[in-house]
Amino acid sequence: MGAKTLYDKLWESHLVHEDKNGNALLYIDRQLIHEVTSPQAFEGLRQANRKPWRASANLAVADHNIPTKNRDQGIADPVSALQVETLVNNCESFGVPYIPMDDGRQGIVHVVGPEQGATLPGMTIVCGDSHTATHGALGALAFGIGTSEVEHGLVTQCLIQTKSKNMRVKVDGQLQKGVTAKDLVLEIIKKIGTAGGTGHTIEFAGRAIESMSIEERMTVCNMAIEAGARAGLIAVDQKTIEYVNGRPFAPKGGMWEKAVLYWQTLSSDSDATFDKEVVFDAANIKPQITWGTSPEMGINVGEPIPKMGKDGIENALDYMGINDGGSLSDYPLDKIFIGSCTNSRIEDLRAAAEIVKGQKVADTIKLAMVVPGSGEVKNQAESEGLDKIFVEAGFEWRDPGCSMCLAMNADRLDPGERCASTSNRNFEGRQGQGGRTHLVSPIMAAAAAIHGHFVDVREIIGND
Amino acid sequence: MEKFSNFNGLVAPIDRANVDTDAIIPKQFLKSIKRTGFGPNLFDEWRYLDKGEPGMPCENRPLNSDFVLNQNRYNGASILLTQKNFGCGSSREHAPWAIKDFGFRVLIAPSFADIFYNNCFKNGLLPIVLDDTIINDLFESVYGTPGFELSIDLENQVIQLSNGESISFDIDIYKKFCLMNGLDEIGQTMEKKEKIQLFEQQHKKLNPWTFEDLVI
Repeated sequence: MGAKTLYDKLWESHLVHEDKNGNALLYIDRQLIHEVTSPQAFEGLRQANRKPWRASANLAVADHNIPTKNRDQGIADPVSALQVETLVNNCESFGVPYIPMDDGRQGIVHVVGPEQGATLPGMTIVCGDSHTATHGALGALAFGIGTSEVEHGLVTQCLIQTKSKNMRVKVDGQLQKGVTAKDLVLEIIKKIGTAGGTGHTIEFAGRAIESMSIEERMTVCNMAIEAGARAGLIAVDQKTIEYVNGRPFAPKGGMWEKAVLYWQTLSSDSDATFDKEVVFDAANIKPQITWGTSPEMGINVGEPIPKMGKDGIENALDYMGINDGGSLSDYPLDKIFIGSCTNSRIEDLRAAAEIVKGQKVADTIKLAMVVPGSGEVKNQAESEGLDKIFVEAGFEWRDPGCSMCLAMNADRLDPGERCASTSNRNFEGRQGQGGRTHLVSPIMAAAAAIHGHFVDVREIIGND
Repeated sequence: MEKFSNFNGLVAPIDRANVDTDAIIPKQFLKSIKRTGFGPNLFDEWRYLDKGEPGMPCENRPLNSDFVLNQNRYNGASILLTQKNFGCGSSREHAPWAIKDFGFRVLIAPSFADIFYNNCFKNGLLPIVLDDTIINDLFESVYGTPGFELSIDLENQVIQLSNGESISFDIDIYKKFCLMNGLDEIGQTMEKKEKIQLFEQQHKKLNPWTFEDLVI
């Protein structure tokens, strides 16, 4: 028996069957479900007269379409309303646990899962959403799937998979003050590219990762998919166990003790080998801003916009309405979005509030909004008075959901509008047709809101 | 699922890397609760000059004449030639649904994003990965030869060019089998029902905490 990576261990402990060509049947412990990628899957069950294998292994919540304000008035867009209603009906018909829109626990599926303890270390977790990679921060094998696989998972509690290769991204050293988990993952994507992890499961390791909180680790794993990897992983340590302890769906009593013993084995063996390894020094990483239309198109704050002539850059510069060689700080921002499954957790909001406190959003900003990741994050923030800090500064304080990360609800950019966004994708049209997205950390977004354009947040922190 | 059989088709080129699933099918169309009808909105933001909304008839919308699929010479194309990391981003299966609904059956690129690649096979679409140099040669042929067609022979894993040349390609044997026979994967997996049940019993012994019912 050779040394194993964490991914090898998770894979093998869920392997039901594997044929000689490497096609495996992998047992799925948990499926998370939302309204956008599930209706056709439930419809498939109905048409074939099939039932879920284990309905209570699933957890559903509506997040993509739902309004982030005036929620008591329901969903104004009838098409969105129908989709959410369809989810409610499907969950009821098939006995799938569902967190209603007006429940205090509702939120973005990738925030709710870990928060409720529905995400546990050592599990296999899937969801019809590419950012399922987030849950890997707790030492779970979690990946996004398509709707056919949502259906397959519901009916068989398994998925047909082929094993990925092992990749390790090792981050030595410590991040500097003002440099966050978001900057780290943007730097990684910038270096390895949006296909750098394709065909691989990325394990993030090294001192910088070890010293991160679980929420920071979720930010890193969340964007593994932006580096092409379906799954990101981080070994279980004491912080993981403390994070899970006491969560509503976490095991209790004797079961807890037993689970912890197992979870403590969830790390790569010290002599395990990886098919690919990349090493970063955290100390060298600067706050990041993406300038283009792919998450790999990033620069350090203060660095000039890349020069023309590189592959695909022309289209991106043109779409973003910026000149090569110029400074991103020269372009006024229109909107600020703090939220999404990448950066909407309590620590993100605390850090952003720290920058915003006692300041005002620049007059030139048309809209600055904070969208907490879940009802629980919102409540916690309000109990700490963070909502007041944001509102007094001129931010809108909204209800939880995916919101302007993908603009399926009413929150969006108008054509040509430029946004500092803490989300994960800067694709053309992602935040609204013709909208221009710059991905940044919550503190960089907060600082940009105050100044009306990008600034180096380290200088603000330094002046304190 | 419809069986994939050998066929001959016109090739359309999208000479761009990292084409993401937001570009393939913009988010507003994801509100549909159906699997069909996405074809008219494939590449909506590139294809039309106005902003598309769900339910909007597309026949009279202003077309972007610069967009390759709007050029007459590519009318009726069923093979899409494109660049690396096609289908990156969101896991939305609406992307392959839209591609299929538009009329494509085969996609050829130097690489595909993982989730998208898997999603194709569930919908009778064949994604073919070829070396960069071959892809670039194919782009030159498409641009230089109006009506450029390719013949796809899945069984023998060969692409036949009209000049007699052929290009072979790799594909996972199980995926090929399912595609050629139009198999329902759920049905296939359910044939292993007892194996799953056996595994589940063992798994439950070892990890009983993962079997606690979620009660909301």
